Amino acid sequence: MKLCFFHLMPYQDLAENFEKDYHSVWVGAPNSLFDPEKAHHMYSDFLDELEYAEKMGFDAICVNEHHGNAYGMMPAPNLMASAMIRATSKAAVVVLGNSLALYNPPIRVAEEMAMLDVMSGGRLIAGFPLGTAMDTIFGYGQVPVTLREKYQEAHDLVMKAWKEREPFAFNGKYTQLRYVNIWPRPYQQPHPPIWVPGSGSLENWDWTIKNDYVYCYLSYSGYKVGKTILDGFWDEMERQGKEFNPYHAGFLQIVAVSETDEQAQEYKDSIEYFFKKSLHIPAGYGNPPGYRSVKTNASQAGASTADSRTKQLSDFTWTDYLEAGNVIAGSPETVRQELTHAVKELRVGNLMLLLQFGDMPKELAIKNTTFFANEVMPHMKDIWSEYETRWWPEMLTNATPSANR
Amino acid sequence: MPETMNLSLRGGDFEAEVLKDGSGPPLLYLHGAVGQKGWAPFLDALAEKFTVYAPYLPGYSKSSGLDKLDDLTDLTLYQFELLDALGVSKAHVVGHFLGGMIAAEMAVLSPSYVDRLVLAAPAGTWRDSEPVADLLLMTATELQNDLWSSASSSMGLSPADFEANARLKANLAADRMQDLTAAGKFLWPIPDKGLKRRAYRIKSPTLILWGENDRIIPPVYAEDFSNLIAGSKVSVIPNTGHLLMIERADVFAAAMVNFLS
Repeated sequence: MKLCFFHLMPYQDLAENFEKDYHSVWVGAPNSLFDPEKAHHMYSDFLDELEYAEKMGFDAICVNEHHGNAYGMMPAPNLMASAMIRATSKAAVVVLGNSLALYNPPIRVAEEMAMLDVMSGGRLIAGFPLGTAMDTIFGYGQVPVTLREKYQEAHDLVMKAWKEREPFAFNGKYTQLRYVNIWPRPYQQPHPPIWVPGSGSLENWDWTIKNDYVYCYLSYSGYKVGKTILDGFWDEMERQGKEFNPYHAGFLQIVAVSETDEQAQEYKDSIEYFFKKSLHIPAGYGNPPGYRSVKTNASQAGASTADSRTKQLSDFTWTDYLEAGNVIAGSPETVRQELTHAVKELRVGNLMLLLQFGDMPKELAIKNTTFFANEVMPHMKDIWSEYETRWWPEMLTNATPSANR
Repeated sequence: MPETMNLSLRGGDFEAEVLKDGSGPPLLYLHGAVGQKGWAPFLDALAEKFTVYAPYLPGYSKSSGLDKLDDLTDLTLYQFELLDALGVSKAHVVGHFLGGMIAAEMAVLSPSYVDRLVLAAPAGTWRDSEPVADLLLMTATELQNDLWSSASSSMGLSPADFEANARLKANLAADRMQDLTAAGKFLWPIPDKGLKRRAYRIKSPTLILWGENDRIIPPVYAEDFSNLIAGSKVSVIPNTGHLLMIERADVFAAAMVNFLS
């Protein structure tokens, strides 16, 4: 299976009473709380942590896009990907991703991702999220009820821009261009693998499956809630008559490894910072009217994602997070067992590991990464070895098969 | 008793649910962003003098076709199509909030359809210093609260009663999702869609009504519309909030009948 090191680049210096003094970490948290000098060091640490993950043998390093918040400081993930590409050579670089509807015109995404792909010699995995409501509706002023249509049109434009070898005109509802002719074009032919993060909306499953992309469920609800979502995805695959392949899906899990189960409590403060401050999001912010379809809101998947986050935020303890599966923590043996169980339950081939979270200092992030890479990863690499992934950069799959599998 | 008409427009692209009652000159009432919950009492007062048509806008209740309307112009042209289907060539047009925005645009685009114009707390302009409430970020409870002049005036329910009424809350939350999905398409993110450049075309005699305690669009916005529409009259109704036609149905209806007769 593919083990990917995921970073959110959280702002780490929110005050003790932040969640009491401020209504939300997103949309309204004033940037007077942002200390540029401290953030300079955070960025530096975070890039070090990502580069270290490559050295330790992770298959991929991942960045993502969020706007107007203290949860993740990457409004422009391509900038981070660019910095990582120069410092790495073996890992896939997963940009998960660019929120297509927010780029005007969206060929900006085709151009920047093509640059990243060429710069990296074909190591890019291109992620196309719809984007959270906080990012797209509230941060970027998109109209909720037309967002998905705009996103899908932007997708069609980007894909055509990558595939066409002659200039063409694009007459869309949201974008009109007389000449589409992107330079550079992607290194990978016809285009980088496409991954689509989602939160369980039914129209996303349908679209992702029809396009034969990887579906990624990124949430902090943990694998127990995640199973509801991924079971729904696999059911939809079956309904559409698609052959099962675990690499068709990805999942993100928070993991904390230490010497012993007891010792793993050293991650407790960072976990609490993450769930109580980084995820301090009021009910409703994630799902304004029109953002999701009536069908999704009425579905079980819709219901389980809507509530889970806010419930956890309020007053979970360390033990609660562990029991609910939000966090898999403990000794290497405990983590190996629980994570293997989770991966098999979820049937996912692409596992994204969140090993740095909240205000975790660099030393602890390095420790967690080291423990994971040395003590857990070797025991997990061979899961799903009977399957092949069609959604991975070819040059990495072919170049050094033994080292990369 | 008002009747419910169901009209099919443009080959079935739009199914329009229209409430109708009364007799006399035609009057078109266009509801606001939070929709209308059936035939409101103030419409009864109007129906004594006028033939009142109160359609649900596309996307509200059983009226369909929201996906066929890309912008405010499309939504405005649709109203003329609806009037044509009703056999009405000229009507008094009364609009609240989103409906007020549409009513103003109707008078801009095709003045011959609009006899007299009444704008009740209309959307359509923007002041950085007094932003219009963000309906999408508000919870159902916050919205329910802020629609009225004060919490205690919420449809005769105290906040405690309202909290205790789970079924009412669930219905309001479901309605909110549907209604604001439609409203968001035309009002989000900033309701200024260019009326200020076009308002010079409004020739209909115009009355602007506002609730003194409107917490959705502050009454200061009455000045914007008064400045934009030549010869318009402004009337601010005391002790009432955004839903002025519900909260002060008698005062609201009297002001309108007085202006329209």
